[in-house]
Amino acid sequence: MAGSRSTPLQVLAYCCHYCAYAAADLAGVLRLRYPAEAKLMELPCTGRLDLLEVLHAFEAGADGIMVAGCLEGDCHFQQGNLNARRRVERIKALLQAIGLEPDRVRMFNLSSAMGKQFAEAAAEMTEQIAGLGPSPLRRAETQSIR
Amino acid sequence: MIIAEQKPLEEIKGLIAGAEKVLVVGCGTCVTVCFAGGEKEAGILASSLRMATKLDGNGKAVTHVTVQRQCEWEYIDPLSEQVGQADMVLSLGCGVGAQALAERFPQAVVVPGLNTSFMGLPTEQGVWEERCAACGDCILGLTGGICPIARCAKQLLNGPCGGSQDGVCEVDPETPCAWQLIYDKLKAQDRLHLILEIQPPKNWSASRDGGPRKITREDLRLAAEQSE
Repeated sequence: MAGSRSTPLQVLAYCCHYCAYAAADLAGVLRLRYPAEAKLMELPCTGRLDLLEVLHAFEAGADGIMVAGCLEGDCHFQQGNLNARRRVERIKALLQAIGLEPDRVRMFNLSSAMGKQFAEAAAEMTEQIAGLGPSPLRRAETQSIR
Repeated sequence: MIIAEQKPLEEIKGLIAGAEKVLVVGCGTCVTVCFAGGEKEAGILASSLRMATKLDGNGKAVTHVTVQRQCEWEYIDPLSEQVGQADMVLSLGCGVGAQALAERFPQAVVVPGLNTSFMGLPTEQGVWEERCAACGDCILGLTGGICPIARCAKQLLNGPCGGSQDGVCEVDPETPCAWQLIYDKLKAQDRLHLILEIQPPKNWSASRDGGPRKITREDLRLAAEQSE
């Protein structure tokens, strides 16, 4: 699944160590299929999500950023995922101001036992990004080369 | 400390419209603590502007640097080369920092990225409130440590006024009446006698009303500069 055959979509998935990354690991153990466009990155907690790093990812050509953390109330670090949710809202507002679609970033909450739901979330996110198409920054890059 | 807020991105884009190479200069003091113009904010703004201008079809080269304090010559002098290489300097310092850059680098075009608002403190994480109006004639000793110049909408010296209702200022239901706060504080400390005495009209010439202010400490001046 990709916006264009020549430019495969890049969806980065920031996953917390205690839940989301474990769920992704479980999805792998269960041999569940989810899109190759989703590239996993491990954080100790989604509370560690860095707004600047997300911006740099978009600047480098990422089409979408998925943030996956523990279920609300069950964060290993108490409130990290709650801080992450507020930060994701801030990132959406910033993307809007920049001229990118706010839906290019999205947060999911799940537990480490939810391997199937992780695969579904990754598929849902990739489909959402495919609907938006490649990042307008990549199109702007192509136009400036012509 | 000085509290400022970043200008909306749209407004900043308008300010830098005429430049190709922009240097964002952050400050490591007050504006870092109020999350408006520190190293992280400077990096975020530079990245945002690179992307936003590229999407507008007019991509700019935006770099950023942060100094410990933007309001002192010794901290901003090392920026000389970087400032010289940029078409425009976007200051994320308070109004003082932005002016310091403009004054120290007369050839540079300096624009402000922040709206500097007031002197205050974080009453809780993420919330900053005004506490000092820099009136130059502090009377906190008479008001239990609560400033009626900064916290009373009418800057009364012998408050409260008739607009004080249930301890709240008539200007905003979220704003406590400063004189109610002063009364409650002094009553709790059994020092109400302090506000029984009527205060005469304030000498506003010590404040902004007297024009731009200057303080000189002859004992601290370097001998060479003193003889000028």
